[in-house]
Amino acid sequence: MNSPGSPGELLRVFSALALQGFGGVLPVAQRELVERRQWLTREQFAETLSVGQVLPGANVVNMALMIGDRFFGWRGAFAALAGLLALPLVIVMTLATLYARWASEPLVAGALRGMGAVAAGLIIAMAFKLLPTLARNPLGRGLCALALLATLAVVGGLRWPMAYAVLGIGGATVLAAWWRLGTGR
Amino acid sequence: MSFTGADWWALFAHFLAMSMLAIGGAVAVAPEIHRYVVEQRGWIDDSQFSAAIALAQASPGPNLLFVPVIGYAVAGLGGAAVALLGMLIPSTTLALAATRWAGKRREQRGVRAFVAGMAPITIGLLLTTGGLLVQPLVRLPAAWLLIAATVALSLKTRLSAAWLIGAGAAAGALGWV
Repeated sequence: MNSPGSPGELLRVFSALALQGFGGVLPVAQRELVERRQWLTREQFAETLSVGQVLPGANVVNMALMIGDRFFGWRGAFAALAGLLALPLVIVMTLATLYARWASEPLVAGALRGMGAVAAGLIIAMAFKLLPTLARNPLGRGLCALALLATLAVVGGLRWPMAYAVLGIGGATVLAAWWRLGTGR
Repeated sequence: MSFTGADWWALFAHFLAMSMLAIGGAVAVAPEIHRYVVEQRGWIDDSQFSAAIALAQASPGPNLLFVPVIGYAVAGLGGAAVALLGMLIPSTTLALAATRWAGKRREQRGVRAFVAGMAPITIGLLLTTGGLLVQPLVRLPAAWLLIAATVALSLKTRLSAAWLIGAGAAAGALGWV
């Protein structure tokens, strides 16, 4: 196993991998940190990811914080976070200012409409890719489907505040999962 | 529209709350951000909201970056900073505080129940976000084709999202969508 030499190296490596991550940084992070640089084993990467999923916030941001923290404490955490966000932020804000200036041009409005359609497709595909993981969920397929559809109906259909859906439906499914894990299913 | 001190605080407080709700990633709270910023406050319209998500998807880096773009549309560069800081501060603090705690307990029943219980909700929220982006396009048959093609290509191939976004931008600029 290797490790980064300094927080500066963390900053550079996370900048480089953030700039390669179109439509998701996680696959790039796995390739770069586990396979190429060998800062983490595959198991350590998976473990970091699963902890990152329990915590609120973007998974890849949580992962960068945890990996940075592992090597250099809070300085490492901030170096990794800064690397992950700084250059992409400059790029996206440049695009946003250009868009704000030219939004009324039919060409730009058309391009953004096309990009919006693709963005919708990418996010729907992301959800479809996660669906098979529910097969191993201790809740079972029926309850998973019910919770998924209820979330869609409450947040998407009825437009209720998301906190109600997350606390209400999420509270119920977490309790159900707790119970099922205990009965040894 | 003038943005008052109370509005600044409301914007910041909204993203502080979104940070703590974003279990499943930042895109999962997009419907709630839309409900507040577009429907309740009327700070920006549907097309600006969709554009923010599309621009973030077109840029490299974490897709959480649609948050500062929405902040920018609401209140300029200050809005971008307030939105991004609001979105980062609570979850970052918690991640640093809880990492060691959760790392040691990830096999425990409570932690596993939480991950399992939240999984279907996250997928429901992602589909809601997708639906939200489809809404302004429902009357455009060509957009449906583009959405379906994107879903099929990202499920069946390993084509980079950058190419798909580029193709969408070209199709839109040519007036096909």
